[in-house]
Amino acid sequence: MSLPLLLIILVTLGAAALAMALRNLIHSALLLIASWAGVAAFFLWAGAEFVAFAQVLVYVGAVSMIVLFAVLLTRRSRADLAVAPDSLGRAFSGFLAGGAVFGVLVGGVLSSPLPGSKAVEPTVSVRDIGTQLMGPNAVALLVVGVILTVALLGAVVLAATEPKPDQGQAQEGGR
Amino acid sequence: MNLDPLHLCLIFSSALFCIGLIGTLARSNTILVLLGIELMLNAANLNFIAFWRYGPSPVPATGVLFVLFSIAVAAAEAAVGLALVIAIYRHQKNVRLQEANHLKG
Amino acid sequence: MSLSVQLLWLIPALPLLAAGIGALTPRRGRGLAAGAAIGAMGIAFLLSCGALTTALAHPAAHAAHNFAWFDLGLGALRLGWLLDPLTAFMCVMVTFVGLLIFIFSVGYMHEDANFTRFFCFLSLFAAAMLGLLVANSLLLLFICWELVGLASYLLIGFWFHKPAAAAAAKKAFITTRIGDLGLLLGMLWLYDSTGSLLFYDGGAGVLEPNALGSLVAQTTVGGLAVSTAIGLLIFCGAIGKSGQFPLHVWLPDAMEGPTPVSALIHAATMVAAGVFLIARVYPLMAVDQLLAAPPLHALTVVATIGAITALMGALIGVAQSDIKRILAFSTVSQLGYMMLALGVGSWVAAIFHLLTHAFFKALLFLGAGSVIHAAHHEQDIRQLGGLRGPMRTTFATFAIGTMALTGVPFLFSGFWSKEGILHAAHEWDVSHLPFYAGLAAVVLTAFYMTRLVAETFYGSARSDSASHAHENPSVMTLPLVILAVCAIALGFLGTPVWPWLQARLLGQEEVHGHSLLEGGGLMILSIFLVALGLGVGWAIYGRKLRVSAAAPDPLETALPPVFATLRAKFGFDELYAATVGRLNNAIAVVADLLDRYVWDGAIRFLAVLGEFVGVVSRETDGDALNGGFNATSESLRDGGKAYSRAQTGEAHGYLRVIAIGFVLLVLAVMLGGGR
Repeated sequence: MSLPLLLIILVTLGAAALAMALRNLIHSALLLIASWAGVAAFFLWAGAEFVAFAQVLVYVGAVSMIVLFAVLLTRRSRADLAVAPDSLGRAFSGFLAGGAVFGVLVGGVLSSPLPGSKAVEPTVSVRDIGTQLMGPNAVALLVVGVILTVALLGAVVLAATEPKPDQGQAQEGGR
Repeated sequence: MNLDPLHLCLIFSSALFCIGLIGTLARSNTILVLLGIELMLNAANLNFIAFWRYGPSPVPATGVLFVLFSIAVAAAEAAVGLALVIAIYRHQKNVRLQEANHLKG
Repeated sequence: MSLSVQLLWLIPALPLLAAGIGALTPRRGRGLAAGAAIGAMGIAFLLSCGALTTALAHPAAHAAHNFAWFDLGLGALRLGWLLDPLTAFMCVMVTFVGLLIFIFSVGYMHEDANFTRFFCFLSLFAAAMLGLLVANSLLLLFICWELVGLASYLLIGFWFHKPAAAAAAKKAFITTRIGDLGLLLGMLWLYDSTGSLLFYDGGAGVLEPNALGSLVAQTTVGGLAVSTAIGLLIFCGAIGKSGQFPLHVWLPDAMEGPTPVSALIHAATMVAAGVFLIARVYPLMAVDQLLAAPPLHALTVVATIGAITALMGALIGVAQSDIKRILAFSTVSQLGYMMLALGVGSWVAAIFHLLTHAFFKALLFLGAGSVIHAAHHEQDIRQLGGLRGPMRTTFATFAIGTMALTGVPFLFSGFWSKEGILHAAHEWDVSHLPFYAGLAAVVLTAFYMTRLVAETFYGSARSDSASHAHENPSVMTLPLVILAVCAIALGFLGTPVWPWLQARLLGQEEVHGHSLLEGGGLMILSIFLVALGLGVGWAIYGRKLRVSAAAPDPLETALPPVFATLRAKFGFDELYAATVGRLNNAIAVVADLLDRYVWDGAIRFLAVLGEFVGVVSRETDGDALNGGFNATSESLRDGGKAYSRAQTGEAHGYLRVIAIGFVLLVLAVMLGGGR
């Protein structure tokens, strides 16, 4: 088994698990960026360079910025950064449900016969992807474009509308 | 134990998915819940690439294209989700998800 | 002009386009929205006429045009259009009645601020209904079926700021959904056992002999043929949509919508969809008749439900006082007639009645709308009265509609179609009870319609709004006149002497007439019953006219308990609140207790070991006491509270349930080894 793959898995899972467990939101967000970078590394390792770069651009570059902004915009004081401990019951039931799902998934994966690894890894050039996107998948590309536009407009509307009655209060809270 | 690389990748993605799921279920901060959902989406993308790499595929670029689209939609989802977080924050002055239950009948 | 089956999609597409235009039109673009809707409907009507000529050229052929929607694993999911006389007649009827209703709406909704939205919804409704008619696939039919449900929800709740309208819309949607669940299950079962959902597909469709033979040969639980079981499940959908007993409760409440909507829903479209569905899949419903001794024929159930509905609707109609509600219950009753006709094996009579009923019931509803519009939205017949003088056109057309509905002999369409149904019911060899139920409903129909007309149009005005009423503009009266002409003329297409319509529907090239004297005794009996109903109604309500709005109903003074029961609609709403609602609450209580004791208990047990012993045990104590209280008390109030506790509105809880459900499903598949 290849060492790089194991390393990638270790880093990605470790970062993700820590991110979900930590109290400090800023730390969580930074760790998640590391985890996303790990996923990008996995894509690189698997030979899907283009996807890896897309992952880096979108997640490591853009989504992480939005997350950081959201974290900073929604805190009121320094102490607020540390999220109050969650209820033990919720954490326990979360672990129970998540663990059960994990067990089922691993059981399913291990018990299903899968095709053995291919000798040659598939290669896809950027040119291929471009032809595919512009040819057979042009409609899907357009639809995704529309979805993105609508989602961004919607996000702007959602975030921009101030509730009129307690405008002053909200501004006060923002500081 | 001798695992196929494909098996290993799938277990990797299952683990990532379940970390996201547990985070979503266990944490009360809406931002963290959203990040958990993002992790689950990433795990699904991992699966696509793993099958593209090791599985039999009739059209060479299918898996890659799927992940590209999925990333695009996930970006839209993150933008809307985090805008919602801000709206919730403005409404209830905190981001605890369990308090955002005013929609119940 | 003729329209080939390949172009049949144009008929539903045009109103859909109009709906799109209506949706994008700003509020002041009234002319554009209404013009688009009416224009699209007019062209669709012409196209339907073209389709009718095509269909009549080869009445026996089920011309179908199928195409692949998308590839699905090994096969492709295919949809298609179907053109046969049934589709063509229904299309012509829906587009024509729809067109008149659209025109009427221009006048009726004139003052409404959301005029464009209304026409958008109306067009959407018409598009969905027409799509349902031309579908050659149960799946496509189901999609349109649900769209019809959605559009009716939007239209019933059009005045959503009225709590009653919002509640009625919800009720209509949820009640019909209960039936739709059966339709969905039946559809899945059908796909599972035949591998196709196309009706006609060159020998491979589900309504063609191959598939029917295999369906009827298999048996399932209780020795029921698979075709019977699937047929009954599909019938569930028709029960919901067509307001049959026991799911009729939504139909009267749907009167909260604007009156053109009531006309559209109750006459031409939504309620007709159920009858049309059964007529469409009639080969499937009827194939178990070939079996020697099956435990149950699907059609027997249909006939029973139809007979119960026909009688019950008519009985309840006797004691209502809202003009639209009386008509609503009359619709319930007439739909029961159609189901009865389907059940006793004469689907042609059912469709004939469906077509004639569409015209005269649309006429009655639009007439009622005209009255309501003139009387400033007063719908209570006790408050109306004396409208015969000021509203001559409305009165004349309403009277024609009434006579058609009650089945006044020879001149009116309703007489011939009702006669056909009674005739078929009489010849049914399983039981004569549906026939007697039908006869009783004839008397009752004549009785309550006489009451309605006498109270509304005769006597003197009993309220300010009624006394100031005057005739409406011609944009509203013209559709009434056209519909009135149709209510008379349409009957001649299906008289026993010249049963042109019936022959064409059955796919016959030639029309074999019967003598009027055939079954003449039956005709005399039903004429006598109509006269009896009219006479008794006039004797009670016409001779001594109501003087004031507060005066009790003559029937109420004579038979108080009976009247009260009928007025309360046999208490179905209360019954459902007490049974279904209660069951729901009981399940919620069980779920709640599970939540508290099983899940919470496990969590707390572990927590007790930790450092929160005191805190956690105190909470358990409190909750246990609370839970014990809930378990012992069975009052509805607490049930409701528990129910709302289960619906926490918390995203975490929902996601948790999804995760656990996923695990259970996967375990079930893995341990059960699939199928």
